[in-house]
Amino acid sequence: MSGPQFRLPAHVPMGRRIDREAPLAFTFNGETFTGYAGDTLASALLAYGAFPLARSFKYHRPRGIWSAGAEEPNALVQLEAGGYSQPNLRATQVELYSGLTAASVNAWPSVDFDMMRANDWLSPIFPAGFYYKTFMGGGFGAGRWWKLFEPFIRRAAGFGKAPAVPDPDRYERMNAHCDVLVVGGGPAGLSAASIAASRGCRVILADEQAEPGGDMLAGDRVVDGAPALDWVAATLDKLDAAGDVTVLRRTTVAGLYDDNFATAAESVGDRFGPGAPAHLPRLRLWRIRARQIVLAAGAHERPYAFPNNDTPGVMLGNAVRHYAGRYAVVPGRRVLLGTNNDSAYRTARMLADAGIPVTVADARETPPASLAMEAEHAGVTVESGFAISAVLGDRRVRGAKISRILPDGETSGAPRLVETDLVGVSGGWNPALHLASHRRAKPVWNESQACFVPDGLSALGVRAAGAVTGAESLADCLEQGYAAGRDAARAAGRTKRSRKPALKADDSAGPAPIQPLWAVTSRRPGGRKGKSFVDLQNDVTVKDVALAARENYRSVEHLKRYTTLGMGTDQGKTANVTGLALMGMETGRTPGAVGTTTFRPPYTPIPFGALAGRDRGALFDPVRETPMFDWHAANGAVFEDVGQWKRPFAYRRGGESLEAAIDREVRAVRDGVGVMDASTLGKIDLKGPDVATLLNRIYTNDWSKLRVGRARYGLMCHEDGMIFDDGVTARLGDEHYVMTTTTGNAATVQAWLEMWLQTEWPELRVFATSVTEAYATATVAGPEARALVSRLDSDIDWSDEAFPHMAAVTGSVMGVPARVFRVSFSGEASWEINVPAHRGLALWQALIDGGATPYGTEAMHVLRAEKGFIIVGQETDGTVTPFDVGMGWAVSKRKDFIGKRSYNRPDTARPDRKHLVGLLPLDRKVVLPEGGQIVTDPAQEPPVTMLGHVTSSYRSPSLNGGFALALLKNGRNRMGDTVHILKLDGGADPARVVEPVFYDKDGGRLHG
Amino acid sequence: MLLIHCPYCGPRDETEFSYGGEADIARPLEPEALSDAEWADYVFLRTNAKGRFKEQWVHTHGCGRWFTMVRDTVTHEHGETGVFGGFEPDAVG
Ligand SMILES: [Zn+2]
Repeated sequence: MSGPQFRLPAHVPMGRRIDREAPLAFTFNGETFTGYAGDTLASALLAYGAFPLARSFKYHRPRGIWSAGAEEPNALVQLEAGGYSQPNLRATQVELYSGLTAASVNAWPSVDFDMMRANDWLSPIFPAGFYYKTFMGGGFGAGRWWKLFEPFIRRAAGFGKAPAVPDPDRYERMNAHCDVLVVGGGPAGLSAASIAASRGCRVILADEQAEPGGDMLAGDRVVDGAPALDWVAATLDKLDAAGDVTVLRRTTVAGLYDDNFATAAESVGDRFGPGAPAHLPRLRLWRIRARQIVLAAGAHERPYAFPNNDTPGVMLGNAVRHYAGRYAVVPGRRVLLGTNNDSAYRTARMLADAGIPVTVADARETPPASLAMEAEHAGVTVESGFAISAVLGDRRVRGAKISRILPDGETSGAPRLVETDLVGVSGGWNPALHLASHRRAKPVWNESQACFVPDGLSALGVRAAGAVTGAESLADCLEQGYAAGRDAARAAGRTKRSRKPALKADDSAGPAPIQPLWAVTSRRPGGRKGKSFVDLQNDVTVKDVALAARENYRSVEHLKRYTTLGMGTDQGKTANVTGLALMGMETGRTPGAVGTTTFRPPYTPIPFGALAGRDRGALFDPVRETPMFDWHAANGAVFEDVGQWKRPFAYRRGGESLEAAIDREVRAVRDGVGVMDASTLGKIDLKGPDVATLLNRIYTNDWSKLRVGRARYGLMCHEDGMIFDDGVTARLGDEHYVMTTTTGNAATVQAWLEMWLQTEWPELRVFATSVTEAYATATVAGPEARALVSRLDSDIDWSDEAFPHMAAVTGSVMGVPARVFRVSFSGEASWEINVPAHRGLALWQALIDGGATPYGTEAMHVLRAEKGFIIVGQETDGTVTPFDVGMGWAVSKRKDFIGKRSYNRPDTARPDRKHLVGLLPLDRKVVLPEGGQIVTDPAQEPPVTMLGHVTSSYRSPSLNGGFALALLKNGRNRMGDTVHILKLDGGADPARVVEPVFYDKDGGRLHG
Repeated sequence: MLLIHCPYCGPRDETEFSYGGEADIARPLEPEALSDAEWADYVFLRTNAKGRFKEQWVHTHGCGRWFTMVRDTVTHEHGETGVFGGFEPDAVG
């Protein structure tokens, strides 16, 4: 690559936004370049010429830079490598930094290699709908074709690579509130922010570029007789001085949501690259709630289509102006500008001032006389009534043809050849309606300006101003910004008065009308040679749109899906309106009648890292630890996650295997004494005169007779009669109960109680207070449990007479008030000792010192399964009634409760529902797979009749082998049958159906 | 994201609230007196309104109170909130 020969020399009064004293070296596609501070990657590359830097998506045609902003469809780059790498960034928005390394995302196998151009030569077999019809259409083995071609198509499609290693960067999230959020820092946005600030509003102004100014950054506009950028600087100074104004540069408002909630991504460390100062986050995601919003998002220039309009060296006309004015880059020696509106004349004037020969092909038969005269006076050739009809050259523009243009886009007469190597095209302007669309405000078609404009926004607290409304003159933009800012301040309730600034723009006369022009091409088959592209990112041509119309995909949504128009990462910013206008011409409708598709957030892509912010790794979800956690960790505990809690699964001693540890813990409870940390169980304090009434309505069993000092087990169901939680509730006083819930359901049960108390039974006088974390709980279980607890420093009488099974006693344990419940989930005599959380570790240590073996959740599971005790969420799944699990004894016949009526529904009352049963594998060495499907005949031809599944399965040292609980269709009437449990790796294990109680069936051990 | 006006706390982000479905679904006083169809209607069926819809919300990460709110299911416009009756904390000794 030869030098940056397309950078204008320093004496030309352009390029004020770059610092020629600060050269920056960077690498693109493996080659080294030099740009300046203030350049974008795109402007720095264009200084070397408008060379091909990417391949197109479908036809793999060479592509160059197309725009100077967020709308860029072609120049998508993969920035940097490794963990820092980011795909699909628009080179037009990447600020240059020293050492930047980037590559084209779609250049497979290389930008220069031409193999993939085969797609182009073979294009008759790749028309619109090809993928859809061939691979998805079905009917002729479509699936097989897809399998064959998918890897090839996927690789050929390119579009960047997600980094394969974790993102090393830090991202932040900021919440903000304001009276007025101004989206866009162009003339309208600055004007709006300025007046809103002067009226006492808290203002946030967000602008996506490195510096506010919008279109004025090109440097050729005048306000009040001075360069417009002076006014920009003065306005920013004023905003900075105002107390409650935040100007967010490099900040893209990406989404607008209900009630004026906005998300915006601010590039912070990002612009310095991987060497950014460590204290800076890479990006900051703003979450802004605004009373009022001023939408001053500007407009995107749109091209009109003509054959080979994708050749590198063709770009949007206003982009030519911006590259020249801001960066002193004109990537051509002779420029042709095609236009149908006034905006090209500004570009022409700027190029002429830089001494570059320019031809303007104006589709209008009579361009405004003043403009044409002024241009010709500056040396610009103006061809009225002409449009670009072809571009010559393959990998670069080598010339162009212009033709006399008719209103329907057909040409007449012989084309004229124009010597040029840079073509700028302007087909008009598309207001950037994306954020309005996020708020579901349907745009309307403005016939005279030939563009969609926002509508129905003010009712949503949004005011549009500037080019986004279709305004074309600087004077209108400034005036609309003032009005929107003033009205927004008023609507936000700010009444401070301030004077309207008197500003005079350079164009108060306003522009002449546009002459709509969408494509210079024959839309009929066999028409003009060469592809005319509508959507450059997705390679959708004018012919594709015509084909969609012929095949009757005429609605805008069908057009989009059939041709993929607008479905690229750019969401068709420069393509959509042209595509649907062409569809309108095909089908005799106005663009307004065709309508638009709905834009979705984000406006431009946001990295996942920015969305995640700090919510990753250890901060992704809170970790809850009990007061005994450190002891567990220091004593071999293997933890499992139960909700957010870390619970010991088992404690490994020495080189012991996990299985051996579980066996040892089970034996300790059966033969001696074990202690488990049960602090995670949900605990809800219930107080008030109506607690018993509440319990009667919430639980399936009867609570009227529960005496003070006693506890009871209960099942909770939803109104459909299905179990959703269980636990023990104890009565501590006349109007004081404490309810325990399963660990995972504590918050759900609390919310359930509150919902009924507040919305249905407000007359019940009950307070429900979560005390889960106020207490630490140690469950002491086993034949030697009483001996151990009796040795504790306590005033409690632990004898069976004074403290029988299902008693609840309050007293002193180790000098602090304790709540002790004699309940058992293991089948052994068992005390659940609750002490204030800060004494949990001391209690635990005392029990360990007293000889208890700590056991974890898995031993607890084995112990309870041996007794046939269910675990909600394991034996139940929201389709299981108390009767299904054999707990009809816990269902009252005498009172009403949540879910009761559902037991009379025919399906719930069926005698052959799935029942909880026990399974004993015939081979005692086998442990059945949990979740394994149960069948009677494993050899049955599919579809196999499934009878249920294994819900819990363990090895039991007490039973000397495997055993399981299962939900089995009609299970209670299959006792003694042999069933088969399917294994994932094929085959099946036979097992005998038994009662779901395997150990101590008469319950004698409970009384220890 | 909606800005919901909790009748007890004022305007707060939607993320602080949980949705509770259609409001004014009264639990039948005598479930046993209902036909299966009537019970199923209470348990399973809700209005699928297009437009204004009275629903109940709870300020989960706030005051914890339930309240009703009218929301337009098409436009997300929302307004009138209402509170449930009940005893005041002071009423309990
Ligand atoms: Zn509240």
